[in-house]
Amino acid sequence: MPAGSTQPGLLRLIGLVVGRDLKLAFRHWDQVIQPLIFFAIVTTLFPLAISPALEELRRIAPGVVWVAAMLASLLALESLFRADVEDGTMEQWTLSGQPLSVMLLAKTATHWLLTGLPLVLMVPIVGTALGMPRSVWPVLAASLALGTGCLSILGGIGAALTVGVRRGSVLLALLVLPLEMPVLIFGARAVDMAMHGDPVSGPLNLLAAMLLLFLSLGPFALAAAMRISVES
Amino acid sequence: MTSLARGLTAVGEADLLDFRATNTMSTIPPPDLVPASLDVRSLHLWRGERHLLRGVTFCVGPGELLQVTGPNGVGKTSLLRCVAGLLPVESGEIRWNGVSIDQCRDDFHPQLAYLAHVNALKADLTAFENIHYGVGVRNAVSSDEVRDTLGRLQLGGCIDLPARAMSAGQKRRVSIARILLSKAKLWVLDEPITNLDAAGIALFERCMAEHLSAHGMIVTAAHQLLLQGQSNVRKLELN
Repeated sequence: MPAGSTQPGLLRLIGLVVGRDLKLAFRHWDQVIQPLIFFAIVTTLFPLAISPALEELRRIAPGVVWVAAMLASLLALESLFRADVEDGTMEQWTLSGQPLSVMLLAKTATHWLLTGLPLVLMVPIVGTALGMPRSVWPVLAASLALGTGCLSILGGIGAALTVGVRRGSVLLALLVLPLEMPVLIFGARAVDMAMHGDPVSGPLNLLAAMLLLFLSLGPFALAAAMRISVES
Repeated sequence: MTSLARGLTAVGEADLLDFRATNTMSTIPPPDLVPASLDVRSLHLWRGERHLLRGVTFCVGPGELLQVTGPNGVGKTSLLRCVAGLLPVESGEIRWNGVSIDQCRDDFHPQLAYLAHVNALKADLTAFENIHYGVGVRNAVSSDEVRDTLGRLQLGGCIDLPARAMSAGQKRRVSIARILLSKAKLWVLDEPITNLDAAGIALFERCMAEHLSAHGMIVTAAHQLLLQGQSNVRKLELN
């Protein structure tokens, strides 16, 4: 009996994890779009609540978009690992003999495709609602693309740690939001500088550097946090 | 040197041949030839204040089935989780082929198939997809193999049915298909026959017997004894 015969390679493994999660997402897409609707509603509520005056809106727009993006990301992260841990799939993954870090990074990347990327694509809607000049939209899109990637990985580590805790969503917010502050600061700063016509490469480069850091070290933290949650 | 040479000449030819034969026997055989075994020694486990497992010791070799029995809450599931490496061992040792499982995770886990209380099935995926993704991440499995195994477990009609539409017994059969297809040497099964009907239990017993005759190993916790009366079946009573 050839034990443990022919393990799939890393690419095949990533393909299986991503393929499975995409298939699951499309079978209950109503849950997937909830954070996106939340993001759209929050950002369009501000013009209604504060003032439709363009001058005032433009002043607060970068902060509003970024806080809304952060909360939408948090809302989506709550469900990132919960279903897999509860139905025993995560146990099977930790026992698969495959690198858990790679599997969890693939899962988090799929999650970003479904919840982070759509935020980037919604830039024209949000930009129009908050009266941002068109010239700022590319910067907003770039900052959101880099920033939501950071938020997904950081939040994923928090979600992996709190997944075993009953009603862990408040704990997740308390744990993750302070850590996400640098992302918020540089993201909002980049948009703000673009609105004033200043060069934006500084904050965007810093966001990119943070994303690279999280991409390289995050998977190990994800796997370690998940093992703590599952192996108890 | 000279005394050694003199000693050697004094040994008869037959003795010398014998000496050579024993010498080759004592060289370490390649790892593939060492019979795989699971060795648990004086395992202790505390859950909170309760001293749950007190010095559990057993050994399972190729072709052997160990049934862990005992009343509810005695620690059967905890013991199986320890053996699978899902619970850190507090005191004692669990060895796979002579090496502690903490140190050989990457060798041990590909040879282990673990069936928990929960079935690890996705309600939105069909039986086929559940197996395709569930087994696929750990070892290569072809569509034909999946279809054959599901057919063998009499799930031919549910291959394209989402798991949410299946009965509890059918879901259990799908998880058993996952165990069969994982091609593992050691099966660790927690209450494998829950929700199975009489025909399902008989079918599963045949699968276990086949696995044992192929030098597989099984550790199972069950209230109902399986494969009763066979010489390779042992019982471990926890109390």
